[in-house]
Amino acid sequence: MIAKPAIPDVLREPGPGIGKPLSRVDGPLKVTGQARYAAEFNVPGLVHGYIVSSTITKGRITRIDTAAALRRPGVLHVFTHENRPHVAWFDRKWKDEDAPSGSPFRPLYDDRIVHAMQPVALVVAETFEAAREGARLVQVEYEAEPHETDLAARRHEAFTPGKEKGGFEPPPKPRGDPDRALAEAAVKVDVEYVQPTEHHNPMEMHGSTVVYNDDGTLTVHDKTQGAPNSHSWVCSVFGLSKSAVRVISPFVGGAFGSGLRPQHQLFMAVMAALQLKRSVRVELSRPQMFTFGHRPPTIQRVALGAAPDGTLQAMIHEAVQESSQFENYVEIVVNWSGQQYRCDNVRLDYKLARLDVFTPLDMRAPGAATGVPAIEMAMDELAHALRMDPVELRLRNYTDRDPNQDKPFSSKELRACFAQGAERFGWSRRNPQPRSMREGRQLIGWGVASGVWDAMQGQADARATLGIDGHLVVASATADIGTGTYTVMSQIAAGTLGLPIGNVTFKLGDSALPMAPIEGGSWTVSSVGSAVLAACERVRGRLYKLAAKMEGAPLGKAKPADMVLTDGHVALAADPARRVPIAEVMRSGGVLAIEEEARSVPYYVKRAQHTLATHSAVFAEVRVDEDLGTVQVSRIVSAVAAGRIINPKTAGSQVMGGVVMGIGMALEEETFMDHGLGRYMNHDLAEYHVPVNADIGSIDVIFVDEHDEVVNPLGAKGVGEIGIVGVPAAIANAVFHATGVRVRELPITLDKVLAGLSRRSAA
Amino acid sequence: MDQRLAELRDTAPAVPDRIPISLVVNGVEKRMEVAAWTTLLDLLRNTLDLPGTKKGCDHGQCGACTVLVDGRRINSCLTLAVMKDGCEVTTIEGLATGDVLHPMQQAFVDHDAYQCGYCTPGQICSAVGLISEGQARTREEIRDLMSGNICRCGAYPNIIAAIEGVLGGTAPAQAKEDPA
Amino acid sequence: MRAFSYSRAESVADALKGVVGHGETKVVAGGTNLLDLMKADVMRPTRLVDITRLPLNRIEETAEGGLRLGALVTNADTAHDERVRSRYPMLSRAILAGASAQLRNMATNGGNLLQRTRCYYFYDTGTPCNKREPGSGCGAIGGVNRIHAILGASEHCIATHPSDMCVALAALAAEIRVTGPRGERTIPFEAFHRLPGDAPQIDTNLAPDEIVTAIDLPARGFAAHSTYLKVRDRQSYAFALVSVAAALEIEDGKVTAARLALGGVAHKPWRDQAAEEALVGRPADAGSFAVAAEAVLRDARGFGHNDFKIDLARRAILRALQDAAASETP
Repeated sequence: MIAKPAIPDVLREPGPGIGKPLSRVDGPLKVTGQARYAAEFNVPGLVHGYIVSSTITKGRITRIDTAAALRRPGVLHVFTHENRPHVAWFDRKWKDEDAPSGSPFRPLYDDRIVHAMQPVALVVAETFEAAREGARLVQVEYEAEPHETDLAARRHEAFTPGKEKGGFEPPPKPRGDPDRALAEAAVKVDVEYVQPTEHHNPMEMHGSTVVYNDDGTLTVHDKTQGAPNSHSWVCSVFGLSKSAVRVISPFVGGAFGSGLRPQHQLFMAVMAALQLKRSVRVELSRPQMFTFGHRPPTIQRVALGAAPDGTLQAMIHEAVQESSQFENYVEIVVNWSGQQYRCDNVRLDYKLARLDVFTPLDMRAPGAATGVPAIEMAMDELAHALRMDPVELRLRNYTDRDPNQDKPFSSKELRACFAQGAERFGWSRRNPQPRSMREGRQLIGWGVASGVWDAMQGQADARATLGIDGHLVVASATADIGTGTYTVMSQIAAGTLGLPIGNVTFKLGDSALPMAPIEGGSWTVSSVGSAVLAACERVRGRLYKLAAKMEGAPLGKAKPADMVLTDGHVALAADPARRVPIAEVMRSGGVLAIEEEARSVPYYVKRAQHTLATHSAVFAEVRVDEDLGTVQVSRIVSAVAAGRIINPKTAGSQVMGGVVMGIGMALEEETFMDHGLGRYMNHDLAEYHVPVNADIGSIDVIFVDEHDEVVNPLGAKGVGEIGIVGVPAAIANAVFHATGVRVRELPITLDKVLAGLSRRSAA
Repeated sequence: MDQRLAELRDTAPAVPDRIPISLVVNGVEKRMEVAAWTTLLDLLRNTLDLPGTKKGCDHGQCGACTVLVDGRRINSCLTLAVMKDGCEVTTIEGLATGDVLHPMQQAFVDHDAYQCGYCTPGQICSAVGLISEGQARTREEIRDLMSGNICRCGAYPNIIAAIEGVLGGTAPAQAKEDPA
Repeated sequence: MRAFSYSRAESVADALKGVVGHGETKVVAGGTNLLDLMKADVMRPTRLVDITRLPLNRIEETAEGGLRLGALVTNADTAHDERVRSRYPMLSRAILAGASAQLRNMATNGGNLLQRTRCYYFYDTGTPCNKREPGSGCGAIGGVNRIHAILGASEHCIATHPSDMCVALAALAAEIRVTGPRGERTIPFEAFHRLPGDAPQIDTNLAPDEIVTAIDLPARGFAAHSTYLKVRDRQSYAFALVSVAAALEIEDGKVTAARLALGGVAHKPWRDQAAEEALVGRPADAGSFAVAAEAVLRDARGFGHNDFKIDLARRAILRALQDAAASETP
């Protein structure tokens, strides 16, 4: 399915590639427009679906009139809840790999409306344009019911969730007596932080092209972070056998979590293809990209008490977060605080409030990007109250054991992150006084924060096939959403088998390939990379055995343990000049190809004895226009400890991208809800602001050396999330340092800065 | 609203006009009949099977659909194909010469100026247009004049490095290849 | 987008013929706003007349010493024109502060005048909006109104005009040349756009059967002391929260002529001639500028989320006038 990318000669790596800053192997396909994404597979007879979105937020549909739409030339059919085909009834049939507890949303299931812009009909037509027009002509009447979408209005009716979802850990039990310790502390901070709704907004809108094959089977091109997840969901919802559906997703135009759950365009396209027996494409519009999951708004109280020397004596971190009426979305928001700092009196609390919105959805560093900014802004407030350097305060309360679990970290080089980041940034030249740096009308501020994320691993399979021509094909059903999976997996395989990277093809994004979990949570190198390593090691083992048995014993009496693979040869470890080409080894053994499949499972026992995490120290410089309140981030240094870095070039880009999204989070991103209508209003890219090129100054990424033998055989922790986590707080803290204004409600837009400046000058 | 809709239904044509046009796409002349409501973007992606030009918002708010029309960069999503009758259109598929990448394409590979790759064709076409416009003299000006192309993966610094590399005629900085 | 019929006008007369007598007809040139709104189903013309081939694509000197900007000259070509750059730097800056390089390559001067509001409610057909559906109500009043008007709004509509270019044109006291079945006429810039009143669905005083042919810039370009300041939520590619076109003529430290117009604050580019006159004869300093700012904002009113715009506008006016006073010919 995936053509072998042509790699220019200059970029060809001479040898094993682990740790090398290799250019992306799929790059040439991307820069020439040859990489095809889900909505780009044009097949003969393809028809197009366009979704009609509800105009109310809660209630029921009383009437749907599709006559006008059906009269339009080109319109083939309009699907509604009244005429949809039979689909699964049990909730469990609608669950996917990332589903929290509850009752998953079912498109076109009945007349109930449970969130704004809910899909209520699908118009299918011969052309995209006709389908779009048809969608405008569907007349829907509703009976509206009162709704509530304001978290502040429901915060006092929040409840404590259980373990609603895989990967979620409820907060640990309180330690000591935090309220008393807080009351008695010499220096304290007790503040509330508010974070808004955010939407993933990957550049590629969610789309699915379902090809209806002659034999009635379906080939589904889906935008997903897990082809197997979409595959099993489609089979389950529509009652299809596994062999009747294949999901393919070789390229994904960004996701950041939006592709962790099968979205409703997939349902729509499959439904229409099965009913019409035609190939169907359904692509969401940009406003519809705001209808299926988001980073939930959160209100957090953080109270810290410290001794005059900065030693933390009390920590209270309480969060109330939005969830929907039908599922209990949860993420780890507050636990990080108790994990990052040593403190004897701690209470961490996490609650959910039910609102009439779609269920939130994991978005880059879910939970950490919400909770860590709160504790890291509070630590800055505490440092200011203590008249202490904020790096020093963090080091004063540094811990080498995870206080939540009372376990050692498998590795934690956060100290080195602070040291190297501070050095690169020039932190030692910082004047602690707010408003102490200016250039003309620009106030300049420097801020710091740390970041943390889990180093998770899941079970994954990979298959490696070495041909006698020396070409290696490695396959696993994982995804590359821009993360560099194609490249790093090729590097791991090439490195293990001593092949030039140009000899390796990695296949992914296909439900027919060996199983892999959804790509998310920074665990793909850990999970799939370990499986690739294992499969390649098996191939290597077989080569060694064949080499040992070779006629004429070119490697003498060497046992497999004495051999190495290098540059396409089996060689003696002790004397690499004595070597045999792989092709000759295989020919002599009478094999044309060696194929091995392997499953990697986490080191459960070792992992259970440790806390595994990536860490970062982020330093930010901002320039605030004192007249206008506008904030620009001129510099970021992010020092990251994430174990072994397989490819510093792609990993550096990932962290840089996390920094950019963190800048958006700090300064720009917010989905505005009209609570009267219960509807997001700025649902497009003109008014939902994400950073543009002009917003981004210098970003410097440092990878700190970190050795870890617990995390996985590669020693690599993954870097997809860690890049964003520390950034919002570092920027917020820099804004305070620049202006003396503390903005506790993200994003830090100019109106909030100006209000603070006005309050300051009035005081 | 209903009354207005009813009126519309009476006056609106049942099908949009189909109009014969001719476009030179990536150097090849294409003669075809297009429906008036088809945008240049949808024509490229759906009819001509050139999906290298991306649809990121369909409303002129992201720049993923950027192509060069008569050498100038524009948003193809807000352009009716019929209005470009007789024009030369260059898309991402038309930049390379055989197997040799356009210098801007090569620079994007060398500088890792992308991640998911979805905004990339628009970024590259935009960067090629930027250079031929000749208005960008400083890094700040490049940043501003490339701000019509959103990259959600956040590759901006590398995009700037790639463009500066081509503008300066320099090879990618080796330091960039091996941080720390 | 609804189906429509399409024709291409080969002459102005041809275009007018196309427009006359067809209530749902729209002319299309750059398309950057109209096609966007048609996709959003906000505008539903049944006929489009393509005027891109009309000979309105030149920038020419006028007899009065000014410049005539053809309606079909793109925003980019206007901003980069050497005559515009040197004689009307404020206009050039304003244009370049708007949209993106790609959009400016498409958008025309005529279209820029006619672009419609970016109000969320106007764009979302699932919500009430008097501008889109007269009588349906204003969603923004009492709704999400961070980007809305603080001056000249009505109980029916608090939308703003989104153009940057028009703010500079207002400050320059440009004139709009239009033509229609009743012949040609010239509309002073001030009189071109309307306040919402009780008919917010009507943006301008251009008759439905008229088309814009050119924008005339008067000779006076304020090249020595002028600026365009745009304040927005990100550094580029965002609409103005508040923008200010400020232009001064200064002799011996005293203001001899002043122009002041604001964007992002009203249903039309907001020029305040009383505030301009109040500046004349006063020293070109912060004190005078603050008085002018207060005058402009005397009747300003917020609707909740946009209350901050009043303070922001005051600060932006002050800053822009200071920058203009300090600026020299670029």
